[in-house]
Amino acid sequence: MSTTIAPVSATTIVSDTATVLSRELRPVLRDPFSVIFSMIQPLIFLGLFAPLLPDLGSQGSALQWFVPGIVVMSCLFSTSFTGSNLLFEIQTGSHERMLVTPLRRPALIIGRALKETVPLIVQTAIIVGACLPFGFDLHLGGAVLGLLILAITAVGLGALSYTLALASKNQEWLFWTVQQTVLFPLLLLAGILLPVDGGPGWLRTMAEFNPLSYVVDAERALFNGDFALDTLGAGALAAVGVAALGLAVGTRAMRRSS
Amino acid sequence: MNSTVVDMDTAMIRTHGLTRHFTVKKETVEAVRGLDLQVDEGELVAVLGPNGAGKSTTLRMLTTLIPPTSGTARVAGHDVVGEQREVRRRIGYIGQGNGAAHSQRGRDELISQGRAYGMSRTAARQRADELVESLDLSGVADRTVSSLSGGQRRRLDIAMGLIHAPELLFLDEPSTGLDPQNRARLQEHIVHLRAAYGTTIVLTTHYLDEADSMAERIVVVDHGRVIADDTPARLKANHSGDHVTLGFGAEIDARAASDVARRIPGANVETLGATVHVRVVGGPQVVPGLLRGIGEQGVAVSSVEVARPTLDDVFLNLTGRSLREGGAEPAGTHESATTEQEIAA
Repeated sequence: MSTTIAPVSATTIVSDTATVLSRELRPVLRDPFSVIFSMIQPLIFLGLFAPLLPDLGSQGSALQWFVPGIVVMSCLFSTSFTGSNLLFEIQTGSHERMLVTPLRRPALIIGRALKETVPLIVQTAIIVGACLPFGFDLHLGGAVLGLLILAITAVGLGALSYTLALASKNQEWLFWTVQQTVLFPLLLLAGILLPVDGGPGWLRTMAEFNPLSYVVDAERALFNGDFALDTLGAGALAAVGVAALGLAVGTRAMRRSS
Repeated sequence: MNSTVVDMDTAMIRTHGLTRHFTVKKETVEAVRGLDLQVDEGELVAVLGPNGAGKSTTLRMLTTLIPPTSGTARVAGHDVVGEQREVRRRIGYIGQGNGAAHSQRGRDELISQGRAYGMSRTAARQRADELVESLDLSGVADRTVSSLSGGQRRRLDIAMGLIHAPELLFLDEPSTGLDPQNRARLQEHIVHLRAAYGTTIVLTTHYLDEADSMAERIVVVDHGRVIADDTPARLKANHSGDHVTLGFGAEIDARAASDVARRIPGANVETLGATVHVRVVGGPQVVPGLLRGIGEQGVAVSSVEVARPTLDDVFLNLTGRSLREGGAEPAGTHESATTEQEIAA
């Protein structure tokens, strides 16, 4: 066995993040079908719920309203589950191993959270592709901008899920209890399945405090080619807010992780 | 390896009053109490102690995973609190769990581990190939880690810890949970590694034979303190002599023989029925004279047995408790689990 002392260059937060991100992406690239497993529920809603929706008349097919919401739902499901991967790595020991490397703590959370954008793009392509034959009309430019806003949201939601995993160390039930408890109110209050506009006042107020409501509104507008600045701005602001919050608490939790 | 890094101090590890408390349900648990330890470059040190002795907590402080409550530690020339990243760059750590994630492929994990230490992709790949070969992982490195056997995973963990050729390697109970064959193989790898790279190695274990056969220096830890620190040979000589057992035909013969045995300086003699137990340093050298003396009394010895002391005897002698009671059982995972809960609490 020859002794090779490998040339070592100085790392930066960017190179650290790239290391973490490419590590996270590798299993996804090796087994792309794993991306589809987490979207079974959104696909069920698309197949079994969408046909129940009444046609919206002048606003076109119900799919124009429903599909962007399902794209957000798919993002919400896969990002909220993603912490369980970290939880498993905490249990098996590889997270501890990474904590002893010189990788910077923020990179450990940012790299993981950035990975969430990749399944998001694949899942959106699958959902949109599945709906096109049924008369869904896609505005490509709007959809690309919509994906950008959603990607920022996904980074934030993913970071929050990882934070929950770090907080649930040795208490797996805690992760799943909180994840399930938060997931459905967020989903329903964002008006993904049914519009909240017709709901009682208290419910509409709660929806106003849900950042996902603004993201959903923005996605609906953009996927239909409507670039109204107020809707778009509110959506982008909510996305950036979620990302900033997620990365802030995530970095804090990662620094304390041991 | 890199002498410019470790300034004037030849110590690879130097701790002063290293202490760690955990608060569990409003009660303070002193896991490590004022540990003073020095490990020099090139040493292979085994930290031995029962579960809950503070071995893992000590290792976790030295590897920057948890900060000490008080006291200081310099590892590879840098402070574990103030210069965490400098310490991390220089050490390798093989914890109780699996370093490689179960969802990944072994070789992928090795390469990303190399990247984490700032190696170029080419260098990381080359080094990964080298380690895969030397740790007999060629056939399994491109399989998903979850499909590997326990022994294969452990060897992969070792490879992960070595990717950057660290000056100092920590191993936390490296052989816990392995069958005897894989344990022996792992120990061979560790000894070989040290011979090849001159790496300083600190390992924790609760296997006495492991500490005995691998390390030149054993630090015995109990209740968060160092209670002995020496070579295995000297520990055995100082803390527990050889065990000579003499058998006789009748109790009266045994009593006569025990009077002879008591004349040996430093001997600890106990008579149980027709058997005499003598604890004495240098048993094999003492026995011929002892037998002659007993023969001169006209007493016939029916059986003789000389047992070399084990580290278990040493531990029993130092603490009054057997190390085996703590269990060489998978209870090892216990210690880390409670420690981690304590941290989370």
